[in-house]
Amino acid sequence: MLYRETGQFKTTYAADQAIFPIFQDRVFLFAIIAFAYIVIPLIASEYWLQAVLIPLLIFAIAAVGLNILTGYAGQLSLGTGAFMAVGAYSAYKLATGFPELNIIVVFILSGVSAALIGIIFGLPSLRIKGFYLAVATLAAQFFLIWMFNRVPWWYNYNSSGTIIAPPREVAGVMLTGPTATAETRYLLVLTFCILGGLLAKNLVRGRVGRHWMAIRDMDIAAEIIGIRLLPNKLLAFAISSFYCGVAGALLLFSYLGSAETEAFDIFVSFEVLFMIIIGGLGSILGAYLGAAFIWLLPIFLTNAPQLVGLSMPVDFQKHLEVMIFGSLIVVFLIFEPAGLARLWQIGKEKLRRWPFPY
Amino acid sequence: MSAAEEATAQAPILRLDGISLAFGGVTVLDDVSFDIREGEIRAIIGPNGAGKSSMLNVINGFYHPDDGTITYKGETRTRMRPDQAARQGIARTFQNIALFRGMSTLDNIMTGRNTMMRRNFLWQALYVGPARREELEHRAHVERVIEFLEIEAIRRVPVGRLPYGLQKRVELGRALAAEPDLLLLDEPMAGMNSEEKEDMCRFVLDVNDEFGTTIALIEHDMGVVMDISDRVVVLDYGRLIADGSPDEVRGNEEVIAAYLGVVRD
Ligand SMILES: Nc1ncnc2c1ncn2[C@@H]1O[C@H](COP(=O)(O)OP(=O)(O)OP(=O)(O)O)[C@@H](O)[C@H]1O
Ligand SMILES: [Mg+2]
Repeated sequence: MLYRETGQFKTTYAADQAIFPIFQDRVFLFAIIAFAYIVIPLIASEYWLQAVLIPLLIFAIAAVGLNILTGYAGQLSLGTGAFMAVGAYSAYKLATGFPELNIIVVFILSGVSAALIGIIFGLPSLRIKGFYLAVATLAAQFFLIWMFNRVPWWYNYNSSGTIIAPPREVAGVMLTGPTATAETRYLLVLTFCILGGLLAKNLVRGRVGRHWMAIRDMDIAAEIIGIRLLPNKLLAFAISSFYCGVAGALLLFSYLGSAETEAFDIFVSFEVLFMIIIGGLGSILGAYLGAAFIWLLPIFLTNAPQLVGLSMPVDFQKHLEVMIFGSLIVVFLIFEPAGLARLWQIGKEKLRRWPFPY
Repeated sequence: MSAAEEATAQAPILRLDGISLAFGGVTVLDDVSFDIREGEIRAIIGPNGAGKSSMLNVINGFYHPDDGTITYKGETRTRMRPDQAARQGIARTFQNIALFRGMSTLDNIMTGRNTMMRRNFLWQALYVGPARREELEHRAHVERVIEFLEIEAIRRVPVGRLPYGLQKRVELGRALAAEPDLLLLDEPMAGMNSEEKEDMCRFVLDVNDEFGTTIALIEHDMGVVMDISDRVVVLDYGRLIADGSPDEVRGNEEVIAAYLGVVRD
């Protein structure tokens, strides 16, 4: 089937405003979702699910969150790790404090709690921008992690300071804890990831998204035409932190099982930032591509040399990985701030014209 | 024109009384008073740095005057926030284009309707029922603006990639989308070639004619000003030096002196 927009005349604005207006895109998306739900659980090994796909999907959720704040609303944040920590610790406290509470509800409430904290740390954004705001969010990162270390209430006063995800089941299926299978955890994370992505996509293409982009592109003009800066910026912080919070809770409950604050340190903030830079600032698809890229590249580097009969020492591979990330980030920032998502777009445009070169 | 029509046509939608504004000791506006009548095209002219743009900024609440009052739609006040002005039907364009460069033409013009959209983010995230209906309603209106300005072909293009003349047109579109009662245009034809200027003149006149929008317009091109405006105010060094019909203003000696750069004592 040729990839064509021609012939698909949209006769109503409703059709033109649909979330994926091009028929082939819709088919493609459904195919991917079906593949992720049906085929992957059948073919993927325990290792692939546990070590690659589950964390990939969780970080994709966080990347969607950060992209809402940084890519759409233009507010640079280095506090992603801390907002994920808020989600994880809230989920831990809620799940252990209210064992009867449905674990899905716990995850949502953890997102809400991260959103509230996000609003508080978003308040300075009315006065400061860019680099200075990044420093303020950095302060949030260090303060929150320090607090989770120092206030034993957060880890139920246990001596190790570790938080452990308790086993919880919903409708007879064990979703968390040591006995939850990798398949179940994968499917749970996948569901959050897809629903989160669809909701985010709806937000950014509507009024709220336009307000965010307007503020990003020219805040003074936005204000003059009647867009109120403070509520819109705080909404971006809240929703972004909600995604990060849910991602943090899932990281603890569906991936790590047990964690200390190191799991949410400043490097996590940078990692998610790299994902959206490589994937594409201001693109929901970009958040997914970036997360996939960062989790799949190491696997590729581990396996590729063997495929062509070479062997690569592990530490050399680590260095190579860092070098590739570093140079890619520079390249994308300079040449293609819209990242992989933009390359995807260009590819689609080529495909649309194919086989005619113009 | 009937007597009743005459009366509404004469009623001022905006009156400025004794507006003064200074920045760090430099006087930008000095005791300026004039009014803008409902339905007219009111030109504001004057040499560079006369305070014309500052005057528009005072009108839409971006600058707060040190002295004087603004009476808009019968309500008198000394200060107002820009978003309040927008909500009460004042829209504008800027001397240096102030579009959202990363967004498409369509999205830019949609932002013009922001003050009329109500549905909260939860509805929008779901994009069902009221939120969807609202979005489509406003989209339909924006499409009429796009058609009016003849920019259908660039609907999906990020405005940062458009040539200057088209950007000016999109900016007018964003202001029109707000369905303003009072439209402030800061040099809408600056930097355009004569053909683009003609188009822009036509749009301004059509807006005024078809929608009855009151327009305050800053313009340097005297030909344009004389052609399309009903009344003209002239500013020079922050002072109002003339106010009247285009013909009256053209013959005013102080205006001629200001434009010729005659040294004042
Ligand atoms: N925010 C500001 N801070 C300081 N000075 C300002 C500010 N805005 C305007 N001015 C000064 O006020 C004076 C009038 O500026 P304004 O932009 O209103 O002039 P103008 O009549 O629009 O000129 P032009 O024809 O060049 O656009 C200038 O001397 C300018 O430097
Ligand atoms: Mg000016």
